[in-house]
Amino acid sequence: MKVDLKVNGRAVSADVPPHTLLVQLLREHLHLTGTHVGCDTAQCGACTVIVDGRSIKACNTLAAQVQGAEVTTIEGLAAADGTLHPVQAAFKECHGLQCGFCTPGMVMSTVDLLKYHPGATEAEIRELLEGNLCRCTGYQNIVKAVQAAQQAMAA
Amino acid sequence: MGANEFAKLPHIGESLLRKEDLRFLTGVGQYTDDINQAHQKYAVFVRSPHAHAAILGIDTADAARMPGVAAIYIGQDIEGKMNGLPCGWLISNPDGSPMKEPPHPVLAQGKVRYVGDHVALVVADTLEQAKNAAEAVQVDYEALPAVIDMRTAAQGPALHDAAPDNHCYKWTLGDKAAVDAAFASAAHVTRIDLVNNRLIPNAMEPRAAIGVYSRASDEYTLYVANQNPHVERLLMTAFVLGLPEHRVRVIAPDVGGGFGSKIFLYAEDVAVTWAARQLNCAVKWTAERSESFVSDAHGRDHITHAEMAMDQNGRFLAMRVHTDANLGAYLSTFASAVPTILYGTLLAGQYTTPQIYVEVDGWFTSTAPVDAYRGAGRPEATYLVERLVTRCAWELSLPQDEIRKRNFITTFPHQTPVALQYDVGDYMACMTQAQQLADVAGFDARRQASEAGGLRRGIGYSSYIEACGLAPSNIAGALGARAGLFECGEVRVHPTGSVTVFTGSHSHGQGHETTFAQVVAARLGIDPGQVDIVHGDTGRVPFGMGTYGSRSLAVGGAAIMRALDKIEAKAKKIAAHLMEASDADIEFAGGEFTVKGTDKKIPFAQVALTAYVPHNYPLDKLEPGLNETAFYDPTNFTYPAGTYICEVEVDPATGVVRVDRFTAVDDFGVIVNPMIVEGQVHGGLVQGIGQALLEHGVYDPESGQLLTGSYMDYTMPRAADFPEFKLGHVCTPCTHNPLGTKGCGEAGAIGSPPAVINAVLDALRPLSVKDLDMPATPHRVWQAIRGAQA
Repeated sequence: MKVDLKVNGRAVSADVPPHTLLVQLLREHLHLTGTHVGCDTAQCGACTVIVDGRSIKACNTLAAQVQGAEVTTIEGLAAADGTLHPVQAAFKECHGLQCGFCTPGMVMSTVDLLKYHPGATEAEIRELLEGNLCRCTGYQNIVKAVQAAQQAMAA
Repeated sequence: MGANEFAKLPHIGESLLRKEDLRFLTGVGQYTDDINQAHQKYAVFVRSPHAHAAILGIDTADAARMPGVAAIYIGQDIEGKMNGLPCGWLISNPDGSPMKEPPHPVLAQGKVRYVGDHVALVVADTLEQAKNAAEAVQVDYEALPAVIDMRTAAQGPALHDAAPDNHCYKWTLGDKAAVDAAFASAAHVTRIDLVNNRLIPNAMEPRAAIGVYSRASDEYTLYVANQNPHVERLLMTAFVLGLPEHRVRVIAPDVGGGFGSKIFLYAEDVAVTWAARQLNCAVKWTAERSESFVSDAHGRDHITHAEMAMDQNGRFLAMRVHTDANLGAYLSTFASAVPTILYGTLLAGQYTTPQIYVEVDGWFTSTAPVDAYRGAGRPEATYLVERLVTRCAWELSLPQDEIRKRNFITTFPHQTPVALQYDVGDYMACMTQAQQLADVAGFDARRQASEAGGLRRGIGYSSYIEACGLAPSNIAGALGARAGLFECGEVRVHPTGSVTVFTGSHSHGQGHETTFAQVVAARLGIDPGQVDIVHGDTGRVPFGMGTYGSRSLAVGGAAIMRALDKIEAKAKKIAAHLMEASDADIEFAGGEFTVKGTDKKIPFAQVALTAYVPHNYPLDKLEPGLNETAFYDPTNFTYPAGTYICEVEVDPATGVVRVDRFTAVDDFGVIVNPMIVEGQVHGGLVQGIGQALLEHGVYDPESGQLLTGSYMDYTMPRAADFPEFKLGHVCTPCTHNPLGTKGCGEAGAIGSPPAVINAVLDALRPLSVKDLDMPATPHRVWQAIRGAQA
């Protein structure tokens, strides 16, 4: 089936089998490999992308479901001149990543978190990150990165 | 250059932001599954659904006819064409006989021995075709009883002909007679029985491998999510496939976490490499998470009884330990060393205990192979020692800190009764700082506040030590290691003065691209941005032993320092020539060569350029170029140590444990990048606290099915499970490597579990709860409270 959508601001059209997952469309058809697959039960969040302004897990969304949608992946977050999004910059500044595998999902979730919960407390941030697993950082510097981005975006 | 001098160099001790972050933050990291080859086919493994079964027959005919299928390989296709997977460490029984080493086939030979065991390899044009065909492979199994509980493994059906009682080895260390004598005259003996729960490493990137073969050049390339590509290549070529090593290139690109689980040579890595040759193409395999749960090597899984003999003042006289260690169905690469060499040698902990005797029985069971996982043996030793020590304190009505202080080693070097010689440390300083940071003085008030709210509060201590910087090759060899444990580094100074370093260490989250660049930049007096680090490719890095056992900076960094010594020595000769001075009068500091007693100086970059444009150069005495390689073999282990203090609140009505405070004070020696080191501690703490409260790899005792096969069932730690950790540092530089560093990667996972459980037990002592095994889930805690009241 044919799917038309916008990915990172560009119109994209793909002819894929109807059972194709969004994450497969992104990784295998569009070669956007920044969106990762860390589990097969929609629990780890490494595949998180933003569809029409909300974060979703691309591993349990069909490509067919995003017909006509606007999708933003980690590759589309920074400005065209390479300037990092405040969330990306905060993760670097706060050492909120180690191996980098969960990072794209963490960053995309954080973008959503700060959009809909701009005043979240530390405890709330920890709760709101429940859909994203990280095995390296112990979460401490991820939480700090979210807080740093929160301040930067409020300024 | 000595450690004290090194520590004072610019950039050493600075929290430089990471060079590697940009690619990870913008989605252009290259993990194995992100890599694709022309004419690539996809591999799917048919895995055993049984914990133990005979294979009566395999019918691949229907599957082979399915669309896109290129090949299906089963055990008999590889029989005689390759060896099984080797075990890298020989453990001997007390009578000198070797451990049982049953074959570990790449594809099952007539029998399967755990759920997830590899039965067939299906290769097809697309992943979907391979999956469909794998489902159509018909395997006729005769199910056999599973062997899950190692305590009754000896009476169970034999998994291997070579080990009729499922016993792999008995290993002992220490002077049994001296220990028995000390116990006979002891004023008090404290006993403990505990379980160190099975863990599943769960690096966020699932294992993946792409085998590539070119018939034209007869060369292989293996892309693999791995922590030590040279070791992977050595084991695969020399021991399994019998290939010429120089024709095989192993690339471990960006790797999404390892924690030990990506050290090992796995069957899948060998199978895709071999299949690539059969099909003259690339064969790609990526594990699904469910597959990772059943087929990655697991960690821990010990059952231990231990006793401590003390005098009337609580001074330790002797310790006696028996441990049953679950090795799983087959011996994974370093499985045999983990519950022996890396465990028994750490049982002195931070204490002067003069005599220790330990016996370990290693068992085969019908479960996934068990091997090194963050800490590997040292967390098991620490959990035992620190649980036992706290119990000793409580039995003698001493505070937890007091019994530790009474028994701390205070003079160095210190020879323990279990083979190791600690070079340096200051355990009291760690304890003191931890107590201050944790506000131990305020604990009683916090406890009263908790109790007023109907909750119980407890405090737990753990003073851990680990042996890192693995390891002196000669000592490791004498202990049964079948490989060396040195490291290699090459420093290539370019004509313009920038530098590329090729290291045998492998970074899969540790930030070597930044830390190692700091080390090189500090030595050469250049900007860290001028230094790039290359790792993870046998085609580019001369050799390497890889990253595990918190060894990268202490061993890999030391190899780079040795190469830099050679660079500096040669560069001084070039500088001497340029400044018409004698070699002995040249000094190098801050990126400049100077002539002693004069104002003559030239910068490093000019010497670099001269080395490659040798118009004015001592060609009669010196080769052009500035490129040096060094191998470094340590003379001792390094001994990071520290004290951790955990404070928990327990709700006695529900059994829910909440970690309220956690303080970690570590002595890692010299620290190059504090930001990275603290990140390593944070991650280790979450894995250790996760072990204590959440994580548990559980097999059904009858069927042998893994019951915790998803992140939800395994209860992977999440952000809300933890408070903000407080960290502190003490620095006693390692005495025997040029950086004075000790290693920081595993400490958090080693030190934290007993601190948590001691805290929970402290909270529940007023309710008469004396014992609790990990993980202290609400169900277990609630049961323990109910049990104590009954």
